[in-house]
Amino acid sequence: MTVAVNSSQTGEPVFYLADEHPHPEGYSTSLGFWIYLMSDCLIFAMLFAAFGVLGGNYAAGPAPKDLFDLDLVAVNTSMLLLSSITYGFAVLTMQQNKVGQTQMWLAITGLFGLAFIGIELTEFAHMIHEGATPQRSAFLSSFFTLVGTHGLHVSCGIIWLVTLMVQVQKFGLVEANRRRLMCLSMFWHFLDVVWIGVFTFVYLLGVLR
Amino acid sequence: MSPDLLKLIFGRLGLDSLPFHEPILVGTFAVVALGGVTLLAGLTYFRLWGYLWREWFTTVDHKRIGIMYMILGIVMLLRGFADALMMRAQQALAFGGSDGFLPAHHYDQVFTAHGVIMIFFVAMPLVTGLMNYVVPLQIGARDVSFPFLNNFSFWMTVGGAVLVMASLFIGEFARTGWLAYPPLSNIGYSPDVGVDYYIWALQVAGVGTTLSGINLICTIVKLRAPGMGLMRMPVFTWTSLCTNVLIVASFPVLTVVLALLSLDRYVGTNFFTNDFGGSPMMYVNLIWIWGHPEVYILALPAFGVFSEVTSTFSGKRLFGYTSMVYATVVITILSYLVWLHHFFTMGSGASVNSFFGITTMIISIPTGAKIFNWLFTMYRGRIRYELPMMWTIAFMLTFVLGGMTGVLLAVPPADFVLHNSLFLIAHFHNVIIGAVVFGAFAGINYWFPKAFGFKLDPFWGKMSFWFWVTGFYLAFMPLYVLGLMGVTRRLRVFDDPSLQIWFVIAAIGAVFVFIGILSMLMQFAVSFLRREQLKDVTGDPWDARTLEWATSSPPPDYNFAFTPVVHDNDAWWDMKKRGYQRPLTGFKPIHMPSSTGTGIILAGLATAMGFGLIWYMWWLAAVSFAAMLVVGIGHTFNYHRDFDIPADDVIRTEDARTKLLAGAK
Repeated sequence: MTVAVNSSQTGEPVFYLADEHPHPEGYSTSLGFWIYLMSDCLIFAMLFAAFGVLGGNYAAGPAPKDLFDLDLVAVNTSMLLLSSITYGFAVLTMQQNKVGQTQMWLAITGLFGLAFIGIELTEFAHMIHEGATPQRSAFLSSFFTLVGTHGLHVSCGIIWLVTLMVQVQKFGLVEANRRRLMCLSMFWHFLDVVWIGVFTFVYLLGVLR
Repeated sequence: MSPDLLKLIFGRLGLDSLPFHEPILVGTFAVVALGGVTLLAGLTYFRLWGYLWREWFTTVDHKRIGIMYMILGIVMLLRGFADALMMRAQQALAFGGSDGFLPAHHYDQVFTAHGVIMIFFVAMPLVTGLMNYVVPLQIGARDVSFPFLNNFSFWMTVGGAVLVMASLFIGEFARTGWLAYPPLSNIGYSPDVGVDYYIWALQVAGVGTTLSGINLICTIVKLRAPGMGLMRMPVFTWTSLCTNVLIVASFPVLTVVLALLSLDRYVGTNFFTNDFGGSPMMYVNLIWIWGHPEVYILALPAFGVFSEVTSTFSGKRLFGYTSMVYATVVITILSYLVWLHHFFTMGSGASVNSFFGITTMIISIPTGAKIFNWLFTMYRGRIRYELPMMWTIAFMLTFVLGGMTGVLLAVPPADFVLHNSLFLIAHFHNVIIGAVVFGAFAGINYWFPKAFGFKLDPFWGKMSFWFWVTGFYLAFMPLYVLGLMGVTRRLRVFDDPSLQIWFVIAAIGAVFVFIGILSMLMQFAVSFLRREQLKDVTGDPWDARTLEWATSSPPPDYNFAFTPVVHDNDAWWDMKKRGYQRPLTGFKPIHMPSSTGTGIILAGLATAMGFGLIWYMWWLAAVSFAAMLVVGIGHTFNYHRDFDIPADDVIRTEDARTKLLAGAK
């Protein structure tokens, strides 16, 4: 808001813009999306807080040491981190206006995302099979909710990614699609950051506990 | 049909879910159904459906959405107040062995519904409606940042309200109190649909509120007219900005805490149970981390209204603008540091309680600064006691009283005595009615001529004012007395006959408030009939100071033919003082967002999904969720969401105004 508006040439104050250009489409979008991400971050903050309060309440049930397979979690983490890198490549190629390559990197990102979800579901199934269900203790309730909410976000991200791939295919890398790809990029990296928190506080510190 | 098939289709909804055994509800249903059928028949007869759909339901115009929020708030006020009247009557009657007229099962729903409706579906829509209507005009913008999202947010709020209203006639509402503390709200103690109605109504409405918060923050940050730096924003815009920051930073907490409660109820997790390591007090902590900022979400915009009104009707610039802004920001931050004062009796120890007691008392400093700013604005002003100013004076007196009892409650040892007593009830009604309700009424009377082009009738406005204000004091001062005597909240019957007189006085007060509400409806009707006499063509009936008064009343779709340029606080006052001439030529086409029905469809599906989840009609929930995905994604395939208002239309609209203004002189 730093338009020079103090006076016209005659020294009279100017009270309106005679020649105005409307704000470009999507003028507020990145700010709006950032604020949305922060509100989403707060959702995770609350789930982390709940895990912090309840994470040690095993109710004579299994503890992290009995449940977590750190090797599997390491593989899983690398899936998500790699998907963030490949999304970065998608954005780079998008900026060079290469539709084919952008689509390829997006597809690879989606596959890494699917692998992440697949491994997570395998882990969940294994735990539930062993009797470590969300109902078993407050620790497990908060574990499944925190990790599951993250997984739900990644799944939504994959649906969004597929939608965008269809739209890029149909309409090309137009301004609106670039903006959308940047929003999904922020979302995807944000989930990566949240996962670092999950990995550290839930898995690593859990096994140390 | 076999019972299994019935269960698959209807979940736990059966004929016995309909309250045929409660004569009060059957009567209410008859009246509501009759009214509803008349309304629908009227709309059909006068062929208004198409008009409503095109011009209102699908509109993305912030002004119309704002008006619809206000209508929602006022309609729900009638429902919430009916609950209040029933409670007051019950408590005044249930003495000397009498059981009153409400069975416990019903009474508990009434006090829960009263709280939920008044906060979420009366106060929130009224406040959001004012912000929606006024903020874009005050900052010289054409609309909000995300007009479609604005429409969607509104309909989500309506969806929540629809679920609460449905609970009146289909099944029942929660019997837990307005914050639904576990373990009472958990499945073991509340196995019926009441708490599920509560959860899904608030979740659906909460999505709308959060999105509208994001929307208004972006609007204020990005769309201000050139020259309007942050410290030149009108105070109402400032308080709106802070309120929306609070919304975005607190509603996700409510979303999470309700989601965890629903996991406990639906899946059998152990977040808030007493067994398996769950912690009911975590719920109480989490919900008040949302709940206390919520108080300021409601109060800050009201403070903004009072600032605009005081300065306009005193004919002076607001005293201490900068301190007003800083006080608002400080309140915004401090509102996150006081949540524990809602449950000092949790037993967190002397140090924790002292910390939260002190932070609570500190909030009264910026709030007190605001009161002094308003008083100094009035000092040596030429005060015009029009209706908005009358509500403002009533606010100042009432709110100071409520603030003082609040500081009293902030002292932990005193709170141990007064906790959950009627003293607390009197306190928070004192501040919420005193600030939010009076503020909304001041705002309605102040901005009504802007929205409709004619003023509200002063006679019925004054009737409403005096009945409301005296009714408020009659209804709540006795509760302070009763609270000091040790009467706790939410009681249905009483043994001690000496208490009855106070409840009778309170009930009389409620009747006064009722007359106040009726007078207000009368005021709307009379003003509509006398709209020619009350007409204002200038667009600036109060000789006001901020930009919304620079345009016509009601403003054209595009708000301003040319985007205004701001040189000073009180931009419109500055323009008037320096001889601003309204431009008569040079109009250009104006770029505007198009209407869309996607918002109302999505919100309708979300409401259906909530209904399915409440009644365990899993197919309904799944189908509506899938449909939401399809409609939502389908909407993103529409890349053409804007259009241009042709220059000819702008010229026609502006010429019409030029003629009106010439006729007025």
